[in-house]
Amino acid sequence: MTIADTVVKHSSPRWPWIAAGVAVALWATERAGLPVLSWANAQLLRMDWLSALVRAAVERVLGLPVSGALGGSIHFFVYDVIKIFVLLSALIFSISYVQSYFPPERTRDILGRHTGVSGSVVAALLGTITPFCSCSSIPLFIGFTSAGLPLGVTFAFLISSPLVDLASVILLASIFNWTVALAYVGIGLALAVAGGVLIGRMRMERHIEAFVFSAPVSAAEAQRLTRAERARYARDQVLDIVRRVWPYVLAGVGIGAAIHNWIPAQWVAATLGADRWWAVPVAVAIGTPMYADIFGTLPIAEALVGKGVGLGTALAFMMAVTALSLPSMIMLKRVVKAPLLALFFGIVAVGIVIVGYLFNAIGPALG
Amino acid sequence: MDIKVLGPGCANCKRTVQLIEDVARERATPVTVTKVEDIREIVGYGVMSTPAVVIGGKVVHAGGLPGRDKVAQWLAAP
Repeated sequence: MTIADTVVKHSSPRWPWIAAGVAVALWATERAGLPVLSWANAQLLRMDWLSALVRAAVERVLGLPVSGALGGSIHFFVYDVIKIFVLLSALIFSISYVQSYFPPERTRDILGRHTGVSGSVVAALLGTITPFCSCSSIPLFIGFTSAGLPLGVTFAFLISSPLVDLASVILLASIFNWTVALAYVGIGLALAVAGGVLIGRMRMERHIEAFVFSAPVSAAEAQRLTRAERARYARDQVLDIVRRVWPYVLAGVGIGAAIHNWIPAQWVAATLGADRWWAVPVAVAIGTPMYADIFGTLPIAEALVGKGVGLGTALAFMMAVTALSLPSMIMLKRVVKAPLLALFFGIVAVGIVIVGYLFNAIGPALG
Repeated sequence: MDIKVLGPGCANCKRTVQLIEDVARERATPVTVTKVEDIREIVGYGVMSTPAVVIGGKVVHAGGLPGRDKVAQWLAAP
């Protein structure tokens, strides 16, 4: 045992206490009238200083008022692009660090100890800290299924993994607010659990391609990573994900900027406004064939809400883009047969529509 | 030396192949790198994350781009 190991062993049980202490201290300062938390929220998460800086640059250097269409679009684009990339990098680094404790083999072994509804709940929770990429979902699906995990558990994981991840939650808090972000997590997890439990009850095992069951089950690697190795893994994840999602983020922010300043609010309100009953299904229908990362869809949702679209409609659009993308359906088609795929698609689509209506109803209260 | 890179054609899989070929060229180690994209064959190796690297029928790496030093180690092994 090295010195580093000893230090890790002795110091690890201490961190929950430190975290709790910090939380209490923050809460106390907030109550005492020192708004540390709201300051951190506005400056670090929402980056108000950056917004002001970009505004000054657009108005003084380019001579365009940000209240105008062109100046406003440039401000939205520059500010959102910088903010999203900075937050994205910081968030993916920390999440990947946590994720390095849960390689797929370990996740599978943890899930193997749970069945029924509690299995689906654990799967939905683990889905929030595991992969961002839809191309890794197929080997995961096969690995879970061949190890004998029930379908209800596997599908709860498959629904929650792209839908709710910690990075998108913090970005939601940055763009909207914490109430919206936490409500999104709660409802996303509920959707994953309900979808998983429903699919589990339907006895769809015969609709899985036979070769999936005969895949060998690999043993979990017993190797322990050092902190430096975890940090390197996290850094690689950041580079990898930024390299993969930057076109989507630029496109998303570009579309957001266009909606923000060029499309008349009356048009948006007439087609997707909160009082139109068809707004939610239309948003889901538009979002499904699109393939983008959640980070690319957030600025579009932000601009739509700014134009008077209901919060539920915007969130339903985001969920449809991330959880129901056509490419991931095509990938899944290689391992499951049509009836199961249709059931999965149907349950998630109906779930998203329900979430959309629910948020439109309670949206005004969340402010 | 026969090396297989398993992955359904994602960007990282292509980079892994590239990396192995680069390191092999530097070290002047003769290698044949084959890309395995068929999902049945991939799961036949029991991997749960891609890209994965197989040398001599054994999975030596799974999930993400391997480090340069790791690749050099594989190539140095007899």
